[in-house]
Amino acid sequence: MHINVKILRFDPEKDKKQHWETYNVEAEPSDRVLDVINHVKWYLDPTLTFRRSCAHGICGSDAMLINGRNRLACKTLLKDVVKEGGTISAEPIRGLKVEKDLLVDMEPFFDAYRMIMPYFINENAAPAAERIQSPEEAERMDHGSNCILCACCTTSCPIFWVNGSYIGPAAIVQAHRFIYDTRDAATEQRLNIMNQNTGVWRCRTAYNCTEACPRDIPITQLIEEVKRAVMYQQS
Amino acid sequence: MAALYAAKGNVSVGVISKLYPTRSHTGAAQGGVGAALGNVQEDHWEWHMYDTIKGGDYLTDQDAAEIFSKDVIEAVYELEHMGLPFSRTAEGKIAQRKFGGHTREFGKAAVERSCYAKDRTGHMILQTLYQQNVKEGTTFFNEFHVLDLLIENGRCSGVVAFELSTGEIHTFHAKAVILAAGGYGRIFKITSNALTLTGDLMSIYYRKGLPLEDMEFYQFHPTGLTKLGILVTEGIRGEGGILRNKDGERFMERYAPTLKDLAPRDIVSRSIYTEIREGRGVGPDKDAVNIDLTHLPRDVIENKLSEITDLSRTYLGLDPVKDLVPIQPTAHYAMGGIPTTIDAECIADDSGAIIEGLYAAGEQACVSLHGANRLGTNSLGDLIVFGRRAGMFAAKYARSADMPEMPENPEAESRQLLDTLKNADGAENAARIRKELQETMMNNVGIFRNGPDMEKQVEILRELRARYQHVGVQDPSVRYNSELIEALELGFMLDCAEAMTHSALNRTESRGAHDREDFHTRDDQNWLKHSMAYKDFSRPGNVRLGYKPVVFKGAERYETVMTYTPSADTSLKFPPKPRTF
Repeated sequence: MHINVKILRFDPEKDKKQHWETYNVEAEPSDRVLDVINHVKWYLDPTLTFRRSCAHGICGSDAMLINGRNRLACKTLLKDVVKEGGTISAEPIRGLKVEKDLLVDMEPFFDAYRMIMPYFINENAAPAAERIQSPEEAERMDHGSNCILCACCTTSCPIFWVNGSYIGPAAIVQAHRFIYDTRDAATEQRLNIMNQNTGVWRCRTAYNCTEACPRDIPITQLIEEVKRAVMYQQS
Repeated sequence: MAALYAAKGNVSVGVISKLYPTRSHTGAAQGGVGAALGNVQEDHWEWHMYDTIKGGDYLTDQDAAEIFSKDVIEAVYELEHMGLPFSRTAEGKIAQRKFGGHTREFGKAAVERSCYAKDRTGHMILQTLYQQNVKEGTTFFNEFHVLDLLIENGRCSGVVAFELSTGEIHTFHAKAVILAAGGYGRIFKITSNALTLTGDLMSIYYRKGLPLEDMEFYQFHPTGLTKLGILVTEGIRGEGGILRNKDGERFMERYAPTLKDLAPRDIVSRSIYTEIREGRGVGPDKDAVNIDLTHLPRDVIENKLSEITDLSRTYLGLDPVKDLVPIQPTAHYAMGGIPTTIDAECIADDSGAIIEGLYAAGEQACVSLHGANRLGTNSLGDLIVFGRRAGMFAAKYARSADMPEMPENPEAESRQLLDTLKNADGAENAARIRKELQETMMNNVGIFRNGPDMEKQVEILRELRARYQHVGVQDPSVRYNSELIEALELGFMLDCAEAMTHSALNRTESRGAHDREDFHTRDDQNWLKHSMAYKDFSRPGNVRLGYKPVVFKGAERYETVMTYTPSADTSLKFPPKPRTF
């Protein structure tokens, strides 16, 4: 099918501000948006810049706004976002500095990630074999451990747009994964971090994060669970 | 894993990565990591060792297989101790399931050996190891592309890398360097590999006149989503999925009567291709077969196989709970690569001389654990076992070694490499050349190979290389010049394809994943040896081939760095036998 791809471009070495450019592309309805963007780069305009790697939704590189919504370009099929002769738009995710075209500075996102102590902590001597954990206990980590750090959630959050010091949904999801790990010994420290003024209380349950997540993680629910855990700890 | 163990080894560690580390393709591995924990059924490391060697069609170095099958048990427990959220048995132990080629009692029946975290085991390993590196304070240089290795007089003194965000070239001066950069599946049209897997470090090694081992052995995973090549985990067959042709026949019963759908990957891939060639394929082009999960309980599909269920629904609009899912073999894994000792030291020639201070592990290395065909799950096992050894031995070396001297003007070659690309006439387009490379490699050096096709490919590669000299870079910008990177990567891919094609043409037998239509049988008399491919600088476009013997003894040199005590018996070995399943 024939479609138009409208991309928000920005080259810091020559542009003062962002501007739209539109490309005409032949594609199949079953193609990924990433296929189309690759096509533009490979055959129409090699200066187009964006991140991508696995091309099937597991590495988390190609989060972008597609038709105004945060998605992974490799996990979005054309047939779901455009009709024959129609136009799709692609813009960089919001709330992070645009470095070039669709590529943003991810450092603040990973800074927030590092704030929650994103690693397993248990300084007791480990047994010779595995630590025992029931299937039900393991299941509590299912959603949190499913996160690929693509930033779709955090950069769809209106609170994060306004106040970049909010650690954002992705960091809370990571914290949830450890708080609900029966083997981890640092729950109290993490809940204290969550209770700071950059933590969970910034969340206004807009649900944007849940809608944006390409892994279908019920993020708002996880944030609510962490809020309750913090309240329980305080009381 | 290598960085983590080096960091634990009381040395200062920096990780140079072309991606943000969590983007790495380890995260795409789904099914699990094989280790004889025996949590579900009795199991022993000797059985795992045997399966690995037989799976590798006896080209596996048996000392490496012994170390591996012992150490992987402890390495899996270590990952659990680092918090990896494994799936669990009812008693709360690490859950294990069946996987292709993994058997009990030396081939009698399939055994539950694959330790898994749903069907996102690689994702969990990658996340856990990254997390632990954050904890240990490892320094990361993200989005830095390695351009050159600094090696003089058999000693490595560092690397040169290009920083994507600034366009600057940096020299890293180091006592020890570990290479762990993954594979090069992107030289094929249909592949499970990420767009970034372009064999960069293998090529850089090869350009130094150093050998690449066993490059002819490349694994096609039987089950890629049709047309896309996206991996469908072998776990679906481990959980009971069945391959069917257009007649609905369970055709693997004919090819592997004992293990059926759980035969090793090379055999299943060839069986699928044979079905397709003989007209029993499915789909509009009749170039796929179906995987059938419809007889499995919904909760197994939704929970244990959620990743692949999601992929199938997203990309094909098919629901494995009720639909058959069309699959076809997809280029997946390089058994060959940079030759290393069992201590992960890089090998410089046929005699086994090492390059001091240079280590390698993972898919890009060839220890050789996988021989002519890797067993499912052994890639994750390889990277935790030999990644750990690389980290430990590199740290040990760095603690005792003096800082090596750097070559004069260490960045000269890297600058020249970039300048050549920037100043080329631009008459050719990198994407077109890459597409032709991928299509011709798939057709001529794919699952079935023969002399005439591969000779043709040698000529095609010469022509593509000549055209590559005209690939220019239109983007003049200094910062985030991804066009420049893609042009560089194409050059790396051409090297890998060249080493593979020449090695494959040279090996006149069929073994493991290397299947010659004109030399149909395994020839232990002449070919029970590793290929070593060297760039032939005197005749550009040619490869000089040498050989290295296969190790048949147990791990005599096994210096244990673990708490696990190896058995005193180093005589354990498995002589080559006919390979049936």
